[in-house]
Amino acid sequence: MPVQGYMYPNEIELAWSVLIVLYPYLTGLVAGAFILASLERVFRVEAVKPTYRLALLTALAFLLVAPLPLQLHLGHPERSFEMYLTPHRTSAMAMFGFVYLWYLMAVLVLEIWLDYRRDIVLLSQRTKGLQRFIYRVLTLGSTNISENALRIDERAGYIITLVGIPSAFLLHGYVGFIFGSVKANPWWSSPMMPVVFLFSAMVSGIAVVLLIYMFTSWYRKQTIDMRCVDTIARYLFYTFIIDFSLEMLDLVHRIYEADESFRSLDFMVHTRLYLSQVVIQIYVGTLAPIGLLALTQVFKLGEKVRKRIYAVAGSLALIGILAMRWNVVIGGQLFSKSFLGYTTYKVGFVTKEGLLTAIVLTLLPLAVLWVLVKLLPPWPDRESLPAGGAAPARGDD
Amino acid sequence: MKITRRQLLILLPAAAVAWESVLAGTPEASPNYALTEHWWGMLVDISKCIGCGNCVRACATENDVPEGYFRTWVERYHVNDTDLFDPVVDSPNGGKDGFPPILDRGGRNFFVPKMCNHCADSPCTQVCPVGATFITPDGVVLVDKTYCVGCRYCIQACPYGCRFLNPKTHTAEKCTLCYHRITKGLTTACCEACPTGARQLADLKNPNDPIHAFLKTHTVQVLKPYMATGAKLFYNDLDGSVR
Repeated sequence: MPVQGYMYPNEIELAWSVLIVLYPYLTGLVAGAFILASLERVFRVEAVKPTYRLALLTALAFLLVAPLPLQLHLGHPERSFEMYLTPHRTSAMAMFGFVYLWYLMAVLVLEIWLDYRRDIVLLSQRTKGLQRFIYRVLTLGSTNISENALRIDERAGYIITLVGIPSAFLLHGYVGFIFGSVKANPWWSSPMMPVVFLFSAMVSGIAVVLLIYMFTSWYRKQTIDMRCVDTIARYLFYTFIIDFSLEMLDLVHRIYEADESFRSLDFMVHTRLYLSQVVIQIYVGTLAPIGLLALTQVFKLGEKVRKRIYAVAGSLALIGILAMRWNVVIGGQLFSKSFLGYTTYKVGFVTKEGLLTAIVLTLLPLAVLWVLVKLLPPWPDRESLPAGGAAPARGDD
Repeated sequence: MKITRRQLLILLPAAAVAWESVLAGTPEASPNYALTEHWWGMLVDISKCIGCGNCVRACATENDVPEGYFRTWVERYHVNDTDLFDPVVDSPNGGKDGFPPILDRGGRNFFVPKMCNHCADSPCTQVCPVGATFITPDGVVLVDKTYCVGCRYCIQACPYGCRFLNPKTHTAEKCTLCYHRITKGLTTACCEACPTGARQLADLKNPNDPIHAFLKTHTVQVLKPYMATGAKLFYNDLDGSVR
């Protein structure tokens, strides 16, 4: 039965589709990956160094794809630039455009460019033909790689990362605010929303970098730096616990306060959202990975077991956070604002906002990442560094 | 005249803005209408509504409302004496074709016409990323469909469920309070079609408007007052169970 009870007649059709689920998911991965990268740069967590550049490129790949689901969702994508030309200053969504642009251009692209500048210059000298042309363009005419110039790069990169951390917090906190500030919707309206979004973003971003690092190492037939993955997994465990605590705090608060929306929301969680919220998000996507990660913290497990646990826990975390976005976005539209009824979300397959589009858009960042990795290899250069060196080229100039 | 590159860079965006306003044209003239002399709202007298659906049909015809979507609709409430705040509500096809007979279940039955509340502090205006939704100086919330990007944030932000995305224009749509009519001294299509006078267009700034006499002797209420939206759809005889 599509509608149960009473919905306002315009509410029966959902306004935001699965593409709007993807959008906070992708930006969350960006923010999380960047925060992981900044651990090395700002907080000098040397152990995670092998993932520094990979994390930055991952963040860029996801950030480049993030606006696509939005564009596909808009009724008039050709007018979307109006958000930049004539932004409405009281709109959280309009201001988010600027946060996004700031983060993309002033933080991420700049940081990656500064970090890779030496490599780009060297590559532009070493390569031929089209490749040489691409690298030459990427140097932006700046070919000075003297020690002094690189020191300035390093310093500027450090400052950008310093600015980048609050920017990454802002980026995803703001996505939470877009939902959290909708007072008409009690499922969304909560000051906790930006904080919950931020920590869940960190969980998913850390998990995705962990998985990509492990996968690429396996694919390149390189040994996985266990000190690195152990450290990342530890951070994943801690952030997960904070994230879960915040979500539970929100839940307990709602249950205890039991305001006018409670009966309706409670019914929804026990029926239409039971599978995606209780089973997938909480049991499979949160408690299971936290439990698995806890095992690695409590017991002394072998390398092979730890690797497997990290792979499973990371994958479950990604599924859990995707489910969380689904439950926020779709769940927030399944009940009537009259609290008298419920509707159903039917997702098409080969439609503009269908499942196939969603799957393609989820995989697209990985293709973008593949191109970025080919263009700007994030691992140590085997030719210029001693074999087996785990440190990226950046620190060893 | 010689223009330097610097001057050209300044002039180009200015020319673009000027061209946009040329393209936008001049609004339809209403020579006898002064925006600042009005502050529009509507009065709905629930005790008078008979659920005929005339208003819904008139609105759909007047405003070319797509089938399955509603700028106005009528809800039928059934409130049981044992559970005053858990009503049973129906609105088949928005009440457009009237209502089927009720089963005798005891309790009370009444109709509640709904539409945009033309809020003075409307959340939909606040959230629109491009300012396509705006409030006019005479208190009507409108959507500029040549500007709307179709993001549907306003639909989410409306606490009353009054907005939808027009499947043809792909822009947000809702009641305009028949702005094309009221600025010419007419009433709205729904008020015009209501056989019992349950809906009354109200100009709160006009001292001669009958609303002032009505308000002297009646107590009115708005929907979801805790949302603090400054709603201007006033209900007489509003039951506490209505959401």
